Amino acid sequence: MSAIFEVRNLKRSFGGLAVTNDVSLAMAPGDRIALIGPNGAGKTTFVNLVTGNLTPDSGDVLIGGESVTRIDAIGRVRRGLVRSFQVTRLFQEMTPAEHVALAVLQRDGRAGRMFGHFLAMPEVMAEVAELLGKLGLSELMHRRVSKIAYGQQRLLEIAVALALKPKVLLLDEPAAGVPQSDTGRIEQALADLPADLAVLMIEHDMDLVFRFARRVIVLAAGTIIFDGSPSEVTKDARVREAYLGSYANAGHAA
Amino acid sequence: MQTVFSIAVDALAYGMVLFVISIGLSVTMGLMRVVNLAHGAFAMIGGYIASYAARDLGLGYGFAVLLAVFGTIVIAVPIERLLYRRIYGAPELTQVLMTIGITFCIIGIANYAFGPTLKTVPLPLALQGSVDLGFRSIATHRIFAIACGLAVAAALWYLIEKTAFGVKLRAAVDNAAMAAALGVRTEIVYAVSFAVAVGLAALGGVVGAELLPVEPYYALRYMVTFLVVVSVGGAGSIPGALAACLVLGGIDTAGRYLVPEFGEFFFYLAVIAIVCVFPRGLAGRAGQ
Amino acid sequence: MTMATMNDALAGAHGKGHKLGRDLAGLAVILGLAVVGYLLFPNNLALLTRMTAIALLVLSLDLVTGYCGVATLGHAALFGTGAYASGIAAVHFGITDPLLMLACGILGGAVAGLVCGVVILRAHGLPQLVLTIALIHLFHEFANKASSWTGGSDGLAGIAPDPLLGHFEFDLWGRTAYVLGIILLAVVFALLRLVVRSPFGMLCRGVKEDPIRIRAMGASPKLALMKMYVISGAVAGAGGALNAISTQVVGLDSLSFTLSAESLVMLVLGGTGSLFGALTGTIVFMFFEDIVSAANPFHWLTMVGALLIAVVLFAPKGLYGTLAGLAARRREARR
Repeated sequence: MSAIFEVRNLKRSFGGLAVTNDVSLAMAPGDRIALIGPNGAGKTTFVNLVTGNLTPDSGDVLIGGESVTRIDAIGRVRRGLVRSFQVTRLFQEMTPAEHVALAVLQRDGRAGRMFGHFLAMPEVMAEVAELLGKLGLSELMHRRVSKIAYGQQRLLEIAVALALKPKVLLLDEPAAGVPQSDTGRIEQALADLPADLAVLMIEHDMDLVFRFARRVIVLAAGTIIFDGSPSEVTKDARVREAYLGSYANAGHAA
Repeated sequence: MQTVFSIAVDALAYGMVLFVISIGLSVTMGLMRVVNLAHGAFAMIGGYIASYAARDLGLGYGFAVLLAVFGTIVIAVPIERLLYRRIYGAPELTQVLMTIGITFCIIGIANYAFGPTLKTVPLPLALQGSVDLGFRSIATHRIFAIACGLAVAAALWYLIEKTAFGVKLRAAVDNAAMAAALGVRTEIVYAVSFAVAVGLAALGGVVGAELLPVEPYYALRYMVTFLVVVSVGGAGSIPGALAACLVLGGIDTAGRYLVPEFGEFFFYLAVIAIVCVFPRGLAGRAGQ
Repeated sequence: MTMATMNDALAGAHGKGHKLGRDLAGLAVILGLAVVGYLLFPNNLALLTRMTAIALLVLSLDLVTGYCGVATLGHAALFGTGAYASGIAAVHFGITDPLLMLACGILGGAVAGLVCGVVILRAHGLPQLVLTIALIHLFHEFANKASSWTGGSDGLAGIAPDPLLGHFEFDLWGRTAYVLGIILLAVVFALLRLVVRSPFGMLCRGVKEDPIRIRAMGASPKLALMKMYVISGAVAGAGGALNAISTQVVGLDSLSFTLSAESLVMLVLGGTGSLFGALTGTIVFMFFEDIVSAANPFHWLTMVGALLIAVVLFAPKGLYGTLAGLAARRREARR
């Protein structure tokens, strides 16, 4: 079993309430997993535990077989666990080219260099142009982020994550807040993700989940209640109970 | 033993004066989220007015205190209307610049109007001398300062916890947008709180004139002292501010008594240590 | 759409040449102003040299405040430490070669930058501001108490630098000091242009905008800020050393809250986040100071305060920032 990313018996409680209760999962390169669950299921806490922004009470997080439980968020990124944000976090005064170049330079350990300019580094610029080209952002390369559309900012968010050459990519609702007309572009970008990358997507939009994921994990009240193929998830009795029990109107999910 | 007792009394008095001056700063910072570096300048204005009223106009102490409090409010409210209002919600650097600009202006004007020398507020006979407790005697003025601090704490507690205004104030501190949506007129809450804060600063400036002497650079000299009370005690927290004032008063007074040759050195060292240990404050939401 | 794209692409492709041009223009402006200053105020070179030293302090402040977003009211700590390091080296250790004194100042400033950075970067927001104010007072008190080394409130006197490079005496008119100062400023300016445009400079701008995003990229915002603080300390230290060499005395005022606040005023007056802004602010402020304090010293602080309020209200981007913004808008309108 060659898991690139693994979570073992992760537990965390706040004031006696177990928000993440004995969660385990393993991912292999190339996996496309969607993590879903009703509001309050503990998805955000799970993301924070995995990325290192919260410390678990017990349990382990492993990247490529190495335990990173005691390593901080920055160290985990450097080991190949990269996340995107539910609400884009981009530098409003900087351009897409600068974003991607900074990520590329950081990945190569050159972001601390105090001379030269990335526009004059052909190998960096080649990668920047390629990545932005793939995501259809070439034309906006040198425009300030504050002046580009939100859908394009979401694509840039993905570009920055990819520029870090992750082994595991955590996508936190990659299409959130994007107008319907632009979601096609994002879905295309998700379909074009590198084949050997392990992707864990947290998502509400079930249409997107069914098109993207080859495996679905359902989290409810801090525990995994389902782990299987997308075709089976809607038939599972516990999933129906978790959603319909608390959200009688969530018909599309059942 | 004698020293320990003197330090304790002085520290308590000093801490209470700090409390009277900085509690208004704490409440307004919690409320309006403005880094106000000019708060000490208002305490200084209060001191100058009282000194002028008592020494040059020959008014009584009580009257001088009243005049100082209301005079300072009259001076400060237009400043709030014209200048502070424009920096609510602005970046921190902007707030720092604006309020330090106001401080510099006030210092410059005070220096021009009253000269660079120390000003005293003559105490009435009743507050001169000392009270004999049987085993020790304490300067009456110290007891007066401590009593003022306790009275202000009690009055504020009553105002905030027991009155309709207090309810609005707490709502606005917690979530100004929500309070406004619920029909609280936050502008009025802001204006009243600002006036009360400035009035208390002036009161503290007069009562504490024996401990924090009034001179033009008062506003800069004690700026960090007042700010650290808020940042350590937590903006908007009365118990936090009280605790921070007593700790700081204790450290500063003990330093002056025990190692006078090092002046303020240990005080600033302690400030740095405290802020480093409690970067989010003892009890509150400072630093958010 | 295609036109805009073309323009953007051109701007990107030509960015490098364009920026190099601006670097050279910047250096030319510094040297040109230096010559003009020399010709206009041959009897007041001391003021011009002091201006140069303070310009280094303001540039250094711009690095942490303008480029990294750390609001500090204690930046003179780095300048003053540089001045004392250079002065103490000369008075107590006999290091009187001006270039070695300069090196001592730079080193002292860098160490002070490290110390201040370690303390200041522990907190954010109001507590951070409190730390900066407490630090400058602490440095001031320390220098005041360590009077056997620093001369205390009398100042550290008796600094007698050797001739520069063994040839150029520090004359009574301050010509040598002035030339040394201008060369130092030009070199520092050129180096800083490199730094702020480098990948590291880009990283710092990122830290200023969103440290959480920087962490998610696997970079440490704190490490970047620490490095910038040390660089900033070296620059401020160079300014302090220049002041010590040219005036041959170091006073406690070089470690004062007032100098810290004034340097912030100069930076904001010129415009934060731009090296040209820092220089503009220093020049305008110090001429203003020279005129006003000569005319009416009583109102100096009032004027500074009023100036500050006016800048916040009417030119929040500073003189240079506002003018540059206007120029950019006109250029765009012409397209």
